[in-house]
Amino acid sequence: MHSNETSLVRARGLTKQFGAFIAVDGIGFDVQPGEAFGFLGPNGAGKTSTMRMIACVSPATDGELRVLDMNPRTHASLIKARLGVVPQQDNLDTEITVRENLLMYARYFDIPRHLAEKRADALLQFVELDDRAGAQVESLSGGMKRRLTIARALVNEPELILLDEPTTGLDPQARHVVWERLYQLKRRGATLLLTTHYMDEAERLCDRLVVMDKAKIVAEGSPRELISRYSTREVLELRFPDDVHGTLDGRLSGIGERVEMLPDRVQVYAADGEHALQQVHALGIPFESALVRRSTLEDVFLRITGRALIE
Amino acid sequence: MTGALRIVHRNALVYRRAWRGSVFSSFLQPTLFFCAMGIGLGAMVDAGGEALPGGVTYAEFLAPGLLAAAAMQVAGFESTYPVLGKMMWFRNYEAITATPMSVTDLVLGELAWLALRLTAIAVAFVLVMTAFGIPRSPLVILAIPAAVLTGLAFAAPIMAFAATRKHSNTFNVLFRFVLTPLFLFSGVFVPISRLPRPLVRAAWFTPLFHGVELVRGLALGAVPPTWPLHLLFLAALAAAGIVVAQRTFRQRLHS
Repeated sequence: MHSNETSLVRARGLTKQFGAFIAVDGIGFDVQPGEAFGFLGPNGAGKTSTMRMIACVSPATDGELRVLDMNPRTHASLIKARLGVVPQQDNLDTEITVRENLLMYARYFDIPRHLAEKRADALLQFVELDDRAGAQVESLSGGMKRRLTIARALVNEPELILLDEPTTGLDPQARHVVWERLYQLKRRGATLLLTTHYMDEAERLCDRLVVMDKAKIVAEGSPRELISRYSTREVLELRFPDDVHGTLDGRLSGIGERVEMLPDRVQVYAADGEHALQQVHALGIPFESALVRRSTLEDVFLRITGRALIE
Repeated sequence: MTGALRIVHRNALVYRRAWRGSVFSSFLQPTLFFCAMGIGLGAMVDAGGEALPGGVTYAEFLAPGLLAAAAMQVAGFESTYPVLGKMMWFRNYEAITATPMSVTDLVLGELAWLALRLTAIAVAFVLVMTAFGIPRSPLVILAIPAAVLTGLAFAAPIMAFAATRKHSNTFNVLFRFVLTPLFLFSGVFVPISRLPRPLVRAAWFTPLFHGVELVRGLALGAVPPTWPLHLLFLAALAAAGIVVAQRTFRQRLHS
Protein backbone atom coordinates (compact mmCIF):
# COMPACT_ATOMS: atom_id res chain seq x y z
CA MET A 1 0.00 0.00 0.00
CA HIS A 2 1.87 3.04 -1.19
CA SER A 3 0.67 6.47 -0.29
CA ASN A 4 1.65 9.86 -1.52
CA GLU A 5 0.23 13.32 -1.74
CA THR A 6 -1.20 12.84 -5.20
CA SER A 7 -3.67 10.09 -4.19
CA LEU A 8 -7.14 10.93 -5.53
CA VAL A 9 -8.70 8.74 -2.87
CA ARG A 10 -7.06 7.81 0.38
CA ALA A 11 -8.71 5.58 2.98
CA ARG A 12 -7.36 4.38 6.31
CA GLY A 13 -9.38 2.25 8.71
CA LEU A 14 -12.51 3.22 6.77
CA THR A 15 -15.59 1.75 8.42
CA LYS A 16 -19.30 1.81 7.69
CA GLN A 17 -21.87 0.45 10.09
CA PHE A 18 -25.64 0.23 9.72
CA GLY A 19 -26.78 -0.33 13.28
CA ALA A 20 -25.05 -3.51 14.40
CA PHE A 21 -24.23 -4.57 10.83
CA ILE A 22 -20.69 -3.80 9.70
CA ALA A 23 -20.74 -3.20 5.95
CA VAL A 24 -17.15 -2.00 5.64
CA ASP A 25 -14.64 -3.00 8.29
CA GLY A 26 -11.57 -0.81 8.59
CA ILE A 27 -10.28 -0.89 5.02
CA GLY A 28 -7.35 1.13 3.62
CA PHE A 29 -6.34 1.87 0.04
CA ASP A 30 -5.00 4.61 -2.25
CA VAL A 31 -6.15 5.47 -5.75
CA GLN A 32 -3.55 7.20 -7.93
CA PRO A 33 -4.32 9.58 -10.80
CA GLY A 34 -4.71 7.88 -14.16
CA GLU A 35 -5.20 4.36 -12.89
CA ALA A 36 -8.17 2.05 -13.12
CA PHE A 37 -8.70 0.76 -9.62
CA GLY A 38 -11.12 -2.03 -8.87
CA PHE A 39 -13.02 -3.49 -5.94
CA LEU A 40 -13.62 -7.15 -6.71
CA GLY A 41 -15.81 -9.24 -4.48
CA PRO A 42 -19.13 -11.05 -4.18
CA ASN A 43 -22.43 -9.27 -3.56
CA GLY A 44 -22.57 -7.98 -0.01
CA ALA A 45 -18.80 -7.68 0.40
CA GLY A 46 -19.05 -3.92 1.08
CA LYS A 47 -18.09 -2.61 -2.36
CA THR A 48 -21.14 -0.40 -2.88
CA SER A 49 -20.98 0.97 0.66
CA THR A 50 -17.38 1.96 0.01
CA MET A 51 -18.34 3.64 -3.27
CA ARG A 52 -21.15 5.56 -1.59
CA MET A 53 -18.77 6.91 1.01
CA ILE A 54 -16.37 8.04 -1.70
CA ALA A 55 -19.27 9.61 -3.62
CA CYS A 56 -20.09 11.69 -0.49
CA VAL A 57 -23.63 10.32 -0.15
CA SER A 58 -22.95 8.11 2.86
CA PRO A 59 -21.02 9.35 5.89
CA ALA A 60 -18.25 7.06 7.14
CA THR A 61 -18.85 5.65 10.61
CA ASP A 62 -15.16 5.66 11.44
CA GLY A 63 -11.71 5.98 9.94
CA GLU A 64 -10.14 8.44 7.56
CA LEU A 65 -11.31 9.18 4.04
CA ARG A 66 -10.01 11.85 1.69
CA VAL A 67 -11.33 12.33 -1.81
CA LEU A 68 -9.51 14.75 -4.15
CA ASP A 69 -7.62 15.79 -1.03
CA MET A 70 -10.82 16.96 0.69
CA ASN A 71 -13.00 15.62 3.46
CA PRO A 72 -16.37 14.27 2.21
CA ARG A 73 -17.99 15.26 5.48
CA THR A 74 -17.20 18.96 5.12
CA HIS A 75 -16.70 19.48 1.37
CA ALA A 76 -19.25 17.18 -0.25
CA SER A 77 -20.41 19.70 -2.87
CA LEU A 78 -16.91 20.64 -3.95
CA ILE A 79 -15.95 16.98 -4.28
CA LYS A 80 -19.14 16.03 -6.12
CA ALA A 81 -18.52 18.82 -8.62
CA ARG A 82 -15.41 16.93 -9.75
CA LEU A 83 -16.76 13.35 -9.62
CA GLY A 84 -18.56 11.32 -12.25
CA VAL A 85 -20.91 8.70 -10.81
CA VAL A 86 -22.31 5.68 -12.65
CA PRO A 87 -24.65 3.95 -10.19
CA GLN A 88 -25.44 0.27 -10.09
CA GLN A 89 -28.99 0.82 -11.34
CA ASP A 90 -29.62 3.32 -14.10
CA ASN A 91 -31.39 6.39 -12.75
CA LEU A 92 -31.92 8.36 -15.93
CA ASP A 93 -34.89 10.67 -16.45
CA THR A 94 -36.85 8.25 -18.61
CA GLU A 95 -39.53 10.74 -19.60
CA ILE A 96 -37.26 13.17 -21.41
CA THR A 97 -34.98 12.70 -24.39
CA VAL A 98 -31.47 11.30 -24.46
CA ARG A 99 -29.90 14.69 -25.14
CA GLU A 100 -32.08 16.46 -22.56
CA ASN A 101 -30.80 14.05 -19.93
CA LEU A 102 -27.28 15.31 -20.52
CA LEU A 103 -28.29 18.99 -20.69
CA MET A 104 -30.35 18.75 -17.51
CA TYR A 105 -27.54 17.01 -15.67
CA ALA A 106 -25.12 19.71 -16.82
CA ARG A 107 -27.44 22.27 -15.18
CA TYR A 108 -26.97 20.57 -11.81
CA PHE A 109 -23.25 21.23 -12.23
CA ASP A 110 -23.92 24.84 -13.20
CA ILE A 111 -22.37 24.37 -16.64
CA PRO A 112 -23.35 27.18 -19.04
CA ARG A 113 -25.84 26.19 -21.72
CA HIS A 114 -23.59 26.63 -24.78
CA LEU A 115 -20.82 24.59 -23.18
CA ALA A 116 -23.30 21.93 -22.06
CA GLU A 117 -24.62 21.59 -25.60
CA LYS A 118 -21.14 21.17 -27.01
CA ARG A 119 -20.27 18.54 -24.42
CA ALA A 120 -23.57 16.71 -24.81
CA ASP A 121 -23.03 16.32 -28.54
CA ALA A 122 -19.43 15.16 -28.12
CA LEU A 123 -20.43 12.69 -25.39
CA LEU A 124 -23.30 11.27 -27.41
CA GLN A 125 -20.83 10.63 -30.17
CA PHE A 126 -18.40 9.06 -27.72
CA VAL A 127 -20.98 6.55 -26.45
CA GLU A 128 -22.37 6.07 -29.98
CA LEU A 129 -25.81 7.43 -29.23
CA ASP A 130 -25.68 10.50 -31.46
CA ASP A 131 -28.33 9.04 -33.76
CA ARG A 132 -30.65 8.61 -30.75
CA ALA A 133 -30.20 12.13 -29.36
CA GLY A 134 -33.88 13.03 -29.74
CA ALA A 135 -35.25 9.66 -28.63
CA GLN A 136 -37.09 9.17 -25.34
CA VAL A 137 -34.94 7.26 -22.86
CA GLU A 138 -37.76 4.74 -22.41
CA SER A 139 -37.14 3.49 -25.96
CA LEU A 140 -33.47 2.63 -25.39
CA SER A 141 -32.12 -0.88 -24.82
CA GLY A 142 -30.39 -1.77 -21.56
CA GLY A 143 -26.94 -1.37 -23.06
CA MET A 144 -27.81 2.03 -24.54
CA LYS A 145 -29.16 3.24 -21.20
CA ARG A 146 -25.92 2.18 -19.54
CA ARG A 147 -23.89 4.08 -22.12
CA LEU A 148 -26.07 7.14 -21.63
CA THR A 149 -25.56 6.88 -17.87
CA ILE A 150 -21.80 6.80 -18.50
CA ALA A 151 -22.02 9.81 -20.83
CA ARG A 152 -24.03 11.65 -18.18
CA ALA A 153 -21.33 10.96 -15.60
CA LEU A 154 -18.79 12.63 -17.90
CA VAL A 155 -20.72 15.85 -18.48
CA ASN A 156 -18.72 17.74 -15.83
CA GLU A 157 -15.38 16.40 -17.12
CA PRO A 158 -14.75 14.60 -13.82
CA GLU A 159 -11.30 13.93 -12.43
CA LEU A 160 -12.47 10.69 -10.90
CA ILE A 161 -15.12 8.38 -12.35
CA LEU A 162 -16.93 5.99 -10.01
CA LEU A 163 -18.56 2.98 -11.65
CA ASP A 164 -20.62 0.64 -9.48
CA GLU A 165 -21.06 -2.70 -11.27
CA PRO A 166 -20.93 -1.05 -14.69
CA THR A 167 -22.03 -4.07 -16.74
CA THR A 168 -24.23 -6.04 -14.35
CA GLY A 169 -27.45 -7.04 -16.06
CA LEU A 170 -26.21 -6.47 -19.61
CA ASP A 171 -26.05 -9.11 -22.31
CA PRO A 172 -22.53 -10.18 -23.43
CA GLN A 173 -22.52 -8.01 -26.53
CA ALA A 174 -23.61 -4.88 -24.66
CA ARG A 175 -20.99 -5.59 -22.00
CA HIS A 176 -18.26 -5.61 -24.60
CA VAL A 177 -19.37 -2.25 -25.98
CA VAL A 178 -19.32 -0.75 -22.46
CA TRP A 179 -15.90 -2.26 -21.74
CA GLU A 180 -14.57 -0.86 -24.98
CA ARG A 181 -15.81 2.66 -24.10
CA LEU A 182 -14.34 2.43 -20.60
CA TYR A 183 -11.08 1.28 -22.11
CA GLN A 184 -11.10 4.39 -24.34
CA LEU A 185 -11.64 6.55 -21.26
CA LYS A 186 -8.67 4.89 -19.62
CA ARG A 187 -6.51 5.57 -22.63
CA ARG A 188 -7.44 9.24 -22.43
CA GLY A 189 -5.96 9.26 -18.94
CA ALA A 190 -9.16 9.17 -16.86
CA THR A 191 -9.03 7.77 -13.35
CA LEU A 192 -11.58 4.99 -12.94
CA LEU A 193 -12.77 3.46 -9.73
CA LEU A 194 -15.02 0.47 -10.27
CA THR A 195 -16.67 -2.30 -8.36
CA THR A 196 -17.45 -5.62 -9.94
CA HIS A 197 -18.17 -9.21 -9.11
CA TYR A 198 -17.08 -10.29 -12.59
CA MET A 199 -13.49 -11.42 -12.62
CA ASP A 200 -13.22 -11.00 -16.39
CA GLU A 201 -14.29 -7.37 -16.04
CA ALA A 202 -11.71 -6.77 -13.32
CA GLU A 203 -8.96 -8.46 -15.35
CA ARG A 204 -9.80 -6.53 -18.48
CA LEU A 205 -10.15 -3.05 -16.99
CA CYS A 206 -8.23 -2.77 -13.73
CA ASP A 207 -4.59 -1.79 -13.41
CA ARG A 208 -4.81 -2.54 -9.73
CA LEU A 209 -7.50 -3.96 -7.54
CA VAL A 210 -8.41 -4.99 -4.05
CA VAL A 211 -10.31 -8.18 -3.37
CA MET A 212 -13.08 -7.65 -0.81
CA ASP A 213 -14.81 -10.29 1.21
CA LYS A 214 -17.06 -9.90 4.25
CA ALA A 215 -16.42 -6.15 4.63
CA LYS A 216 -12.64 -6.49 4.51
CA ILE A 217 -9.88 -6.23 1.94
CA VAL A 218 -8.28 -9.65 1.64
CA ALA A 219 -5.76 -9.03 -1.15
CA GLU A 220 -4.37 -6.19 -3.22
CA GLY A 221 -2.32 -5.98 -6.42
CA SER A 222 -2.51 -5.98 -10.20
CA PRO A 223 -4.54 -8.82 -11.71
CA ARG A 224 -1.32 -10.48 -12.90
CA GLU A 225 0.39 -10.13 -9.52
CA LEU A 226 -2.60 -11.58 -7.72
CA ILE A 227 -2.78 -14.55 -10.05
CA SER A 228 0.91 -15.33 -9.71
CA ARG A 229 0.78 -14.87 -5.95
CA TYR A 230 -2.31 -16.93 -5.23
CA SER A 231 -2.66 -19.33 -8.13
CA THR A 232 -0.69 -21.36 -10.66
CA ARG A 233 -0.19 -20.53 -14.30
CA GLU A 234 -2.74 -23.10 -15.48
CA VAL A 235 -5.78 -24.90 -14.15
CA LEU A 236 -7.04 -28.33 -15.14
CA GLU A 237 -10.81 -28.60 -14.75
CA LEU A 238 -12.14 -32.14 -14.54
CA ARG A 239 -15.72 -33.37 -14.44
CA PHE A 240 -16.36 -36.89 -13.23
CA PRO A 241 -19.47 -39.10 -13.37
CA ASP A 242 -21.59 -38.58 -10.22
CA ASP A 243 -20.75 -42.00 -8.72
CA VAL A 244 -17.01 -41.40 -9.20
CA HIS A 245 -17.01 -37.79 -7.96
CA GLY A 246 -17.88 -38.85 -4.42
CA THR A 247 -15.08 -41.41 -4.19
CA LEU A 248 -12.25 -39.14 -5.30
CA ASP A 249 -11.15 -38.16 -1.79
CA GLY A 250 -7.39 -37.97 -1.76
CA ARG A 251 -6.90 -39.99 -4.94
CA LEU A 252 -5.77 -36.97 -6.93
CA SER A 253 -3.41 -35.58 -4.33
CA GLY A 254 0.13 -35.18 -5.53
CA ILE A 255 -0.98 -34.05 -8.97
CA GLY A 256 -0.16 -30.38 -9.62
CA GLU A 257 0.40 -27.98 -6.73
CA ARG A 258 -3.09 -28.11 -5.29
CA VAL A 259 -6.41 -29.84 -5.88
CA GLU A 260 -9.68 -28.02 -5.23
CA MET A 261 -12.82 -30.17 -4.88
CA LEU A 262 -15.95 -28.28 -5.95
CA PRO A 263 -19.49 -29.68 -5.88
CA ASP A 264 -19.64 -30.08 -9.66
CA ARG A 265 -15.99 -30.34 -10.70
CA VAL A 266 -12.40 -30.74 -9.60
CA GLN A 267 -9.79 -28.08 -10.26
CA VAL A 268 -6.13 -29.08 -10.37
CA TYR A 269 -3.76 -26.12 -10.02
CA ALA A 270 -0.57 -26.78 -11.96
CA ALA A 271 2.11 -24.92 -13.88
CA ASP A 272 1.58 -27.37 -16.74
CA GLY A 273 -2.06 -28.41 -17.09
CA GLU A 274 -1.45 -30.91 -19.89
CA HIS A 275 1.09 -32.73 -17.77
CA ALA A 276 -1.38 -32.92 -14.88
CA LEU A 277 -3.96 -34.33 -17.28
CA GLN A 278 -1.56 -37.09 -18.32
CA GLN A 279 -1.06 -37.97 -14.64
CA VAL A 280 -4.85 -38.26 -14.15
CA HIS A 281 -5.01 -40.50 -17.23
CA ALA A 282 -2.27 -42.68 -15.75
CA LEU A 283 -4.35 -43.20 -12.58
CA GLY A 284 -7.07 -44.74 -14.72
CA ILE A 285 -9.95 -42.82 -13.08
CA PRO A 286 -12.71 -42.31 -15.69
CA PHE A 287 -13.74 -38.67 -16.21
CA GLU A 288 -16.39 -37.04 -18.38
CA SER A 289 -14.48 -33.99 -19.54
CA ALA A 290 -11.19 -32.22 -19.03
CA LEU A 291 -10.24 -28.62 -19.79
CA VAL A 292 -6.91 -26.86 -19.38
CA ARG A 293 -7.20 -23.10 -18.99
CA ARG A 294 -5.28 -20.06 -17.70
CA SER A 295 -5.68 -19.07 -14.07
CA THR A 296 -8.06 -16.17 -13.45
CA LEU A 297 -9.02 -13.88 -10.59
CA GLU A 298 -11.85 -16.31 -9.91
CA ASP A 299 -9.18 -18.83 -8.84
CA VAL A 300 -7.52 -16.16 -6.71
CA PHE A 301 -10.80 -15.49 -4.94
CA LEU A 302 -11.46 -19.19 -4.44
CA ARG A 303 -7.98 -19.65 -3.01
CA ILE A 304 -8.27 -16.77 -0.57
CA THR A 305 -11.84 -17.27 0.63
CA GLY A 306 -12.57 -20.90 -0.17
CA ARG A 307 -15.70 -19.78 -2.04
CA ALA A 308 -16.62 -18.92 -5.61
CA LEU A 309 -17.23 -15.26 -6.55
CA ILE A 310 -20.66 -15.89 -8.01
CA GLU A 311 -22.45 -18.67 -6.19
CA MET B 1 -32.16 29.14 -4.49
CA THR B 2 -30.81 28.59 -8.01
CA GLY B 3 -30.53 24.91 -7.11
CA ALA B 4 -34.26 24.74 -6.42
CA LEU B 5 -34.95 26.45 -9.76
CA ARG B 6 -33.06 23.67 -11.52
CA ILE B 7 -35.42 21.13 -9.98
CA VAL B 8 -38.34 23.23 -11.23
CA HIS B 9 -36.75 23.21 -14.67
CA ARG B 10 -36.32 19.44 -14.56
CA ASN B 11 -39.91 18.86 -13.57
CA ALA B 12 -41.13 21.26 -16.25
CA LEU B 13 -39.20 19.28 -18.88
CA VAL B 14 -40.79 16.04 -17.70
CA TYR B 15 -44.24 17.63 -17.40
CA ARG B 16 -44.15 18.93 -20.97
CA ARG B 17 -45.39 15.58 -22.21
CA ALA B 18 -48.48 15.60 -20.03
CA TRP B 19 -49.48 19.24 -19.82
CA ARG B 20 -52.27 19.23 -22.43
CA GLY B 21 -54.26 16.58 -20.64
CA SER B 22 -53.52 18.16 -17.33
CA VAL B 23 -54.73 21.64 -18.33
CA PHE B 24 -57.88 20.16 -19.79
CA SER B 25 -58.71 18.26 -16.63
CA SER B 26 -57.99 21.22 -14.38
CA PHE B 27 -60.82 23.09 -16.17
CA LEU B 28 -63.04 20.08 -16.58
CA GLN B 29 -63.10 18.97 -12.97
CA PRO B 30 -64.40 22.18 -11.39
CA THR B 31 -66.87 22.63 -14.25
CA LEU B 32 -68.35 19.19 -13.70
CA PHE B 33 -68.46 19.69 -9.95
CA PHE B 34 -70.28 23.02 -10.21
CA CYS B 35 -72.78 21.64 -12.67
CA ALA B 36 -73.58 18.61 -10.55
CA MET B 37 -73.37 19.97 -7.03
CA GLY B 38 -73.61 23.72 -7.29
CA ILE B 39 -76.45 23.90 -9.73
CA GLY B 40 -78.22 20.56 -9.22
CA LEU B 41 -77.85 20.12 -5.49
CA GLY B 42 -77.70 23.89 -4.98
CA ALA B 43 -81.17 24.38 -6.44
CA MET B 44 -82.58 21.99 -3.85
CA VAL B 45 -80.64 23.47 -0.95
CA ASP B 46 -81.52 27.04 -1.86
CA ALA B 47 -85.20 26.13 -2.20
CA GLY B 48 -85.14 24.14 1.02
CA GLY B 49 -84.92 26.93 3.52
CA GLU B 50 -82.14 27.72 5.96
CA ALA B 51 -79.95 30.55 4.74
CA LEU B 52 -76.22 30.06 4.37
CA PRO B 53 -73.83 32.43 6.19
CA GLY B 54 -73.69 35.75 4.36
CA GLY B 55 -76.88 34.95 2.51
CA VAL B 56 -75.05 33.38 -0.39
CA THR B 57 -76.39 30.68 -2.70
CA TYR B 58 -75.22 27.12 -2.26
CA ALA B 59 -73.14 27.29 -5.45
CA GLU B 60 -71.40 30.41 -4.11
CA PHE B 61 -70.80 28.70 -0.80
CA LEU B 62 -69.53 25.48 -2.32
CA ALA B 63 -67.22 26.65 -5.11
CA PRO B 64 -64.45 28.30 -3.05
CA GLY B 65 -64.49 25.34 -0.64
CA LEU B 66 -63.95 23.00 -3.54
CA LEU B 67 -61.01 25.09 -4.68
CA ALA B 68 -59.29 24.68 -1.31
CA ALA B 69 -60.13 20.96 -1.29
CA ALA B 70 -58.77 20.53 -4.81
CA ALA B 71 -55.49 22.10 -3.70
CA MET B 72 -55.33 19.61 -0.84
CA GLN B 73 -56.03 16.64 -3.09
CA VAL B 74 -53.50 17.56 -5.75
CA ALA B 75 -50.89 18.28 -3.09
CA GLY B 76 -51.66 14.99 -1.35
CA PHE B 77 -51.27 12.96 -4.51
CA GLU B 78 -48.21 14.78 -5.84
CA SER B 79 -46.27 14.44 -2.61
CA THR B 80 -46.83 10.71 -2.14
CA TYR B 81 -46.52 8.37 -5.15
CA PRO B 82 -44.33 10.62 -7.32
CA VAL B 83 -41.98 11.33 -4.39
CA LEU B 84 -41.58 7.65 -3.54
CA GLY B 85 -41.12 6.94 -7.25
CA LYS B 86 -38.29 9.42 -7.58
CA MET B 87 -36.87 8.20 -4.30
CA MET B 88 -36.80 4.45 -4.85
CA TRP B 89 -38.44 3.24 -8.05
CA PHE B 90 -36.75 5.45 -10.62
CA ARG B 91 -34.05 6.80 -8.28
CA ASN B 92 -34.04 10.29 -9.80
CA TYR B 93 -33.20 11.81 -6.42
CA GLU B 94 -30.13 9.59 -6.23
CA ALA B 95 -29.01 10.95 -9.62
CA ILE B 96 -29.59 14.54 -8.53
CA THR B 97 -27.82 14.26 -5.18
CA ALA B 98 -24.77 12.69 -6.84
CA THR B 99 -24.13 16.21 -8.17
CA PRO B 100 -23.37 19.38 -6.19
CA MET B 101 -27.15 19.83 -5.72
CA SER B 102 -28.11 19.70 -2.04
CA VAL B 103 -31.05 18.03 -0.33
CA THR B 104 -32.37 21.50 0.50
CA ASP B 105 -32.31 22.40 -3.22
CA LEU B 106 -34.22 19.21 -3.90
CA VAL B 107 -36.95 19.70 -1.28
CA LEU B 108 -37.46 23.39 -2.03
CA GLY B 109 -37.42 22.72 -5.77
CA GLU B 110 -40.06 20.01 -5.53
CA LEU B 111 -42.29 22.29 -3.46
CA ALA B 112 -41.72 25.28 -5.74
CA TRP B 113 -42.74 23.18 -8.71
CA LEU B 114 -45.84 21.99 -6.87
CA ALA B 115 -46.66 25.61 -6.04
CA LEU B 116 -46.58 26.40 -9.76
CA ARG B 117 -48.88 23.48 -10.54
CA LEU B 118 -51.26 24.53 -7.79
CA THR B 119 -51.25 28.09 -9.09
CA ALA B 120 -52.25 26.88 -12.56
CA ILE B 121 -55.03 24.76 -11.10
CA ALA B 122 -56.30 27.59 -8.90
CA VAL B 123 -56.29 30.03 -11.82
CA ALA B 124 -58.35 27.59 -13.88
CA PHE B 125 -60.71 27.13 -10.95
CA VAL B 126 -61.20 30.87 -10.48
CA LEU B 127 -61.82 31.31 -14.21
CA VAL B 128 -64.53 28.64 -14.12
CA MET B 129 -66.01 30.23 -10.99
CA THR B 130 -66.07 33.58 -12.78
CA ALA B 131 -67.80 32.01 -15.76
CA PHE B 132 -70.50 30.84 -13.36
CA GLY B 133 -70.70 34.34 -11.83
CA ILE B 134 -69.67 33.15 -8.38
CA PRO B 135 -67.00 35.55 -7.06
CA ARG B 136 -68.46 38.52 -5.19
CA SER B 137 -65.26 40.48 -4.81
CA PRO B 138 -62.08 41.25 -6.77
CA LEU B 139 -60.31 39.80 -3.72
CA VAL B 140 -60.94 36.45 -5.40
CA ILE B 141 -57.53 37.02 -7.02
CA LEU B 142 -56.02 36.45 -3.58
CA ALA B 143 -57.90 33.19 -3.26
CA ILE B 144 -55.31 31.82 -5.69
CA PRO B 145 -52.28 32.22 -3.37
CA ALA B 146 -54.47 31.15 -0.45
CA ALA B 147 -55.27 27.90 -2.24
CA VAL B 148 -51.60 27.41 -3.10
CA LEU B 149 -50.64 27.88 0.55
CA THR B 150 -53.33 25.39 1.56
CA GLY B 151 -51.78 22.88 -0.82
CA LEU B 152 -48.27 23.48 0.50
CA ALA B 153 -49.44 23.07 4.09
CA PHE B 154 -50.35 19.51 3.08
CA ALA B 155 -47.58 18.84 0.62
CA ALA B 156 -44.55 19.63 2.79
CA PRO B 157 -45.45 17.37 5.75
CA ILE B 158 -46.76 14.60 3.49
CA MET B 159 -43.56 14.73 1.43
CA ALA B 160 -41.55 14.45 4.65
CA PHE B 161 -43.60 11.37 5.53
CA ALA B 162 -43.39 9.85 2.05
CA ALA B 163 -39.59 9.99 2.17
CA THR B 164 -39.63 7.57 5.11
CA ARG B 165 -41.73 4.90 3.34
CA LYS B 166 -40.49 1.66 1.81
CA HIS B 167 -43.90 0.80 0.30
CA SER B 168 -46.75 2.85 -1.06
CA ASN B 169 -49.33 0.94 1.03
CA THR B 170 -49.61 3.57 3.74
CA PHE B 171 -50.56 6.22 1.20
CA ASN B 172 -53.97 4.61 0.85
CA VAL B 173 -54.42 4.84 4.60
CA LEU B 174 -53.46 8.50 4.44
CA PHE B 175 -56.00 9.21 1.71
CA ARG B 176 -58.82 7.19 3.27
CA PHE B 177 -58.43 8.09 6.91
CA VAL B 178 -56.95 11.57 6.79
CA LEU B 179 -57.62 13.42 3.53
CA THR B 180 -61.12 12.07 2.86
CA PRO B 181 -62.47 12.88 6.35
CA LEU B 182 -60.93 16.34 6.07
CA PHE B 183 -62.59 16.77 2.69
CA LEU B 184 -65.98 15.91 4.25
CA PHE B 185 -65.75 17.73 7.59
CA SER B 186 -63.80 20.94 6.93
CA GLY B 187 -66.71 23.10 5.89
CA VAL B 188 -66.50 22.49 2.16
CA PHE B 189 -70.06 21.15 1.80
CA VAL B 190 -71.74 22.21 5.02
CA PRO B 191 -71.00 25.27 7.16
CA ILE B 192 -68.80 24.16 10.00
CA SER B 193 -71.29 25.63 12.53
CA ARG B 194 -73.80 22.93 11.58
CA LEU B 195 -71.48 20.17 12.71
CA PRO B 196 -71.59 18.60 16.19
CA ARG B 197 -69.65 20.68 18.71
CA PRO B 198 -66.60 18.40 19.13
CA LEU B 199 -66.13 18.39 15.36
CA VAL B 200 -66.24 22.18 15.27
CA ARG B 201 -63.42 22.31 17.80
CA ALA B 202 -61.46 19.62 16.01
CA ALA B 203 -61.77 21.49 12.74
CA TRP B 204 -59.62 24.29 14.13
CA PHE B 205 -56.72 21.86 14.28
CA THR B 206 -57.05 20.69 10.70
CA PRO B 207 -55.40 22.54 7.84
CA LEU B 208 -58.20 22.24 5.30
CA PHE B 209 -60.64 24.14 7.52
CA HIS B 210 -58.25 27.10 7.60
CA GLY B 211 -57.74 26.90 3.86
CA VAL B 212 -61.50 26.82 3.20
CA GLU B 213 -62.14 29.79 5.49
CA LEU B 214 -59.48 31.89 3.77
CA VAL B 215 -60.36 30.97 0.20
CA ARG B 216 -64.10 31.36 0.73
CA GLY B 217 -63.72 34.65 2.55
CA LEU B 218 -61.64 36.07 -0.27
CA ALA B 219 -63.86 34.76 -3.06
CA LEU B 220 -67.06 36.03 -1.50
CA GLY B 221 -65.58 39.30 -0.27
CA ALA B 222 -66.29 38.45 3.38
CA VAL B 223 -62.87 37.77 4.89
CA PRO B 224 -63.35 36.49 8.45
CA PRO B 225 -61.69 38.51 11.23
CA THR B 226 -59.80 35.32 12.15
CA TRP B 227 -57.87 35.45 8.86
CA PRO B 228 -54.42 36.01 10.44
CA LEU B 229 -54.88 32.80 12.46
CA HIS B 230 -55.79 30.81 9.35
CA LEU B 231 -52.83 32.20 7.48
CA LEU B 232 -50.46 31.54 10.37
CA PHE B 233 -51.67 27.98 10.84
CA LEU B 234 -51.13 27.10 7.19
CA ALA B 235 -47.76 28.85 6.95
CA ALA B 236 -46.52 27.17 10.14
CA LEU B 237 -47.53 23.74 8.87
CA ALA B 238 -45.79 24.30 5.54
CA ALA B 239 -42.65 25.62 7.26
CA ALA B 240 -42.53 22.71 9.72
CA GLY B 241 -43.01 20.31 6.82
CA ILE B 242 -40.10 21.86 4.95
CA VAL B 243 -37.81 21.48 7.97
CA VAL B 244 -38.79 17.87 8.60
CA ALA B 245 -38.72 16.94 4.90
CA GLN B 246 -35.10 18.02 4.67
CA ARG B 247 -34.31 15.70 7.56
CA THR B 248 -36.18 12.69 6.20
CA PHE B 249 -34.85 13.21 2.66
CA ARG B 250 -31.32 13.42 4.01
CA GLN B 251 -31.76 10.30 6.12
CA ARG B 252 -33.10 8.38 3.17
CA LEU B 253 -30.66 9.58 0.52
CA HIS B 254 -27.52 9.89 2.62
CA SER B 255 -27.64 6.80 4.81
